[in-house]
Amino acid sequence: MFYIFCPYCGEHREEEEFHPKGQAHISRPEDPEATSDEEWGDYLFFRDNPRGVHHELWVHAVGCRKFFNITRHTVSYEILEVYKMGEQPSITAENYAAQQGAASADKERNASQAKHQEGVRA
Amino acid sequence: MSQPNRLKTGGRVDRSRQLTFTFNGQRYQGHPGDTLASALLANGVDIVNRSFKYSRPRGIVAAGAEEPNGIVQLGSTEAGQVPNVRATQQALYQDLSARSTNGWPNVQRDLMGLVGKLGGQFMPPGFYYKTFMAPASMWLTYEKYIRKAAGLGRSPTENDPDIYDHRHQHCDVLVVGAGPAGLSAALAAGRAGARVILVDEQEEMGGSLLSSRESIDDAPATTWVEKVLKELSELEHVTLMPRTTANGYHDHNFVTLHERCTEHLADLAPRAGGRRQVRSRMHRVRAGQVVLASGAHERPLVYAGNDVPGNMLAGAVSTYIRRYGVAPGNRLVLSTSNDDGYRSALDWAEAGREVVAIADARQNPDGELVEQARAKGIQIIAGSAVIEARGDKRVAAAKVAKIDIEGFKVTGPVEELACDTIASSGGFSPVVHLASHTGSRPTWNEELLGFMPSPVKGMTPTGGAHGVYALGQVIADGFKAGSAAGEACGFERQDASLPKVDERREGAAVALYQVPHQKATLRGPKQFVDMQNDVTAAAIELATREGFESIEHVKRYTAMGFGTDQGKLGNINGMAIAARCLGRTIPEVGTTVFRPNYTPVSFGAIVGRHCGELFDPERYTAMHQWHVENGAEFEDVGQWKRPWYFPRTVNGKTETMHEAVARECSAVREKVGILDASTLGKIDIQGPDAREFLGRVYTNKWAKLAPGRVRYGLMCKDDGMVFDDGTTSCLAENHFLMTTSTGGAATVLEWLEIWHQTEWPELDVYFNSVTDHWATMTVTGPEARKLMAELTDIDLDKDSFKFMDWREGKVAGVPARVFRISFTGELAYEINVQANYAMHVWKKLFAHGDKYGLTPYGTETMHVLRAEKGFIIAGQDTDGSVTPEDLGMHWAIGYDKPNSWIGKRALTRPDTKRTDRKQMVGLKPKDPSVVLEEGAQIVFDPNHAIPMPMKGHVTSSYYSPTLQSGFALAVVMGGHQKMGETVYLPMVDGQVHEAEIVSPIFLDPKGERQNV
Repeated sequence: MFYIFCPYCGEHREEEEFHPKGQAHISRPEDPEATSDEEWGDYLFFRDNPRGVHHELWVHAVGCRKFFNITRHTVSYEILEVYKMGEQPSITAENYAAQQGAASADKERNASQAKHQEGVRA
Repeated sequence: MSQPNRLKTGGRVDRSRQLTFTFNGQRYQGHPGDTLASALLANGVDIVNRSFKYSRPRGIVAAGAEEPNGIVQLGSTEAGQVPNVRATQQALYQDLSARSTNGWPNVQRDLMGLVGKLGGQFMPPGFYYKTFMAPASMWLTYEKYIRKAAGLGRSPTENDPDIYDHRHQHCDVLVVGAGPAGLSAALAAGRAGARVILVDEQEEMGGSLLSSRESIDDAPATTWVEKVLKELSELEHVTLMPRTTANGYHDHNFVTLHERCTEHLADLAPRAGGRRQVRSRMHRVRAGQVVLASGAHERPLVYAGNDVPGNMLAGAVSTYIRRYGVAPGNRLVLSTSNDDGYRSALDWAEAGREVVAIADARQNPDGELVEQARAKGIQIIAGSAVIEARGDKRVAAAKVAKIDIEGFKVTGPVEELACDTIASSGGFSPVVHLASHTGSRPTWNEELLGFMPSPVKGMTPTGGAHGVYALGQVIADGFKAGSAAGEACGFERQDASLPKVDERREGAAVALYQVPHQKATLRGPKQFVDMQNDVTAAAIELATREGFESIEHVKRYTAMGFGTDQGKLGNINGMAIAARCLGRTIPEVGTTVFRPNYTPVSFGAIVGRHCGELFDPERYTAMHQWHVENGAEFEDVGQWKRPWYFPRTVNGKTETMHEAVARECSAVREKVGILDASTLGKIDIQGPDAREFLGRVYTNKWAKLAPGRVRYGLMCKDDGMVFDDGTTSCLAENHFLMTTSTGGAATVLEWLEIWHQTEWPELDVYFNSVTDHWATMTVTGPEARKLMAELTDIDLDKDSFKFMDWREGKVAGVPARVFRISFTGELAYEINVQANYAMHVWKKLFAHGDKYGLTPYGTETMHVLRAEKGFIIAGQDTDGSVTPEDLGMHWAIGYDKPNSWIGKRALTRPDTKRTDRKQMVGLKPKDPSVVLEEGAQIVFDPNHAIPMPMKGHVTSSYYSPTLQSGFALAVVMGGHQKMGETVYLPMVDGQVHEAEIVSPIFLDPKGERQNV
């Protein structure tokens, strides 16, 4: 169960106070009528499913009812950052990879491990 | 003779007191301080169970959580039955009653054992899959018997009278395990002032120190334990929790602890102060830092016959002698790959029993412990191992031979040594279970020959769990970990003042897992890897030959590491064997994932107080008590308790639901009825842009709705599908009251918020839930106006207070909002009053309503009445794939609104424009006595070969007392163009119902009755 910092309440609270609302930064086309069916379909139905850094929209549903964004690592589930609506993340997949590059020896070892240790998880 | 294996002295048991217990109906004696396992061993009970698959006799192997065989059913009464208890973890108490979980008719004479013996060869891995899968239809029959034969205990058939608790806790540092590392870590963090929780799964804290040969500060190790525990108990911010297992390690340092409060005292929790005590408690702890001091499990060696009772872990032998004063046999042969195993031989010899020989797999063993054994004159056979244990119900001899580990073969002659106990040690595996619960895969350390925990944020492994085994280093490592954890939480680093521990010169260990045998693994006698699941080395080899290369697949095919065992004893050996067969290294093969819970947790503890009435919160309306007093049957709608119907009792006969609903329907259609509609979601919307906002979230127009007026609206998602509906009233120019379906209240509020906060933050509008603030009662029927007139100052004239108007005034003397909206199709007034006035108003309505035949009705009647009018229930008649056009509600779609309201764009996609979409229609069964089944599939051609093309389904179906017929709402492909056509509904029992497609409005299509 996650431990989430609400940027509006300024406190860590238990996950059960929050609802996840999917991928962050999906904005509705300015003029929906001007979009093609394909563009509209992309907006409606297609979402990223990255292994690694992911930006998500959450709401402090039984707290302040405010929506905010979380940058979360989908493998370790670590919450790297929370930021308010309208703000941009400071940690992204790109700069996170660069930052981790420093410890690249470690990473390579883990990656080779991962290759062999991949398996069905049930 | 009583307790033949109990030593005269030594151990931590209280010999001055006797405890009587029964095992499989036989009475035995033990002492306080015993576990069930130590007491059984003291009494010379060799066989504690029959194995899972082959039904082989099994004895105690270990002394802790890793025990695979000693799994018992506990409880002297039916209600107190507890399955899956490890005898090694269960403290002995007076009158404890335990049984083996397997074995029929009993463990000593087991008939299934014959099947195991004869059928052994015929039960390879995947046996059940291969044998019982055909014909598929018979699986359920097979399964019943297989499960019966293979169970690990049974659940009680009576209710558990005990109570269980949950507790939520926070701490700076959670230390898991109170052995040398954990105690030391807790001390460091505790001295720094951190809030520390120290948990340990055993009866006493101290871990390995409770049976250690070593001294700390020139005193027995237990003296140091007592000293540390005393200091910790005096620290205000430190909580000590013995008998508490950290069972699950979840995201962000969330750890579940299972504290067993009374399970060491009696079957059922004893009473204290007239109340039953809490039997066990689940702690949900959010820790700043976790120090994992869970120690290490000793690995047994895998040799033939290693499951015959009398085969034990070397460390367990020491524990039974030193901690419990029990020597579990008379003549010992030790097979070891390392120095640590020697401790068992030394302890054995010091207990006055005979050590026949030590088979050491190393060519030149030379550590300090080895020298001590030599000094005692114990025979050490270097470069050898026990390759086979002989014996049936107890070890009779050990076959020892020289082995070539690299070449995996026996190189010398086989010597048979008579003995009754074989101890084995293949080194240690850090207990990485908790660390891997978080998804972090352990990494192999070639030097330490074990998997180490991989980094988890906020977690520090220490001591045995960290691959540190020498006592002095363990204590130092623990202190360092505890200090660092405290520091990470903002406390000062502590300088270590470590106790003095003599360093021991240790010889290098050798990597030995499966011991070679003269015969090939597949042909030789069984060598067990996972005793709880009866997985042999041959089974793993066979699995790899059959092409299972991933360790996860091998696990699933053989069942290795399944169940409550979770691979504690056998997993590393299994991986080593798979690696050998596949010609890979252990890290290449990798490990499977360990899952919560570490050891079984009773359902009671998981459930806590959330059972019976407290299972889920119940929401009551302000009139609830009246409903109870007037005999309402209730229906759960979300968490709400809503009156379902109000059966009357006349001449001692209580109406059926059918009779009650028929009476309630007639009352509404002919006189006047009343419904408690308080559960409808109500959202107060205010702000200068409220009207603009409504226009964007509803499909229809809101620009011109004047104060005093009400409008029905449909809400779509942006995919054009209806997800909720309701009315919204204009209270003032910038003030609206929205109603939602009962179930949709929270969802709709969140929906409004997400659009406002993420897409249109520039709109000045505010939302608030007022569901609980206003109670709602619907007075409806031809006599409604007469009744209202007696109680309100509002002008009820049909031309000044029209249908879809609302007015403010007083009803029964209290401030009220009255809405002329109708969900029944009759003249209706929805009265909203402040919830705390509601009971008064409700009762007043009855006081005046009697003469008009005022009848309370429930949700069932509400459904019949609304369906007769073709009014939908979002979520029942819609399922997220229905557009407003599919519902035939073109009138509620404002295509020409200036904005692109939510859902509009999607309604012009090719898919939403299809003419063969499932569309809402009414169905009239040809036989009026038939009430179609909700969810029943609709076909056009009942003679079509199966599978028939399914053309729609029934969404709502009732019997209408007004129409004197069954009727239904349904969605049918292209239904709007099929009025008058006949469709068919084939049922499971072979009947085929016929029905005619009609308008979904069965009654008063022009709406004249509600408009009066």
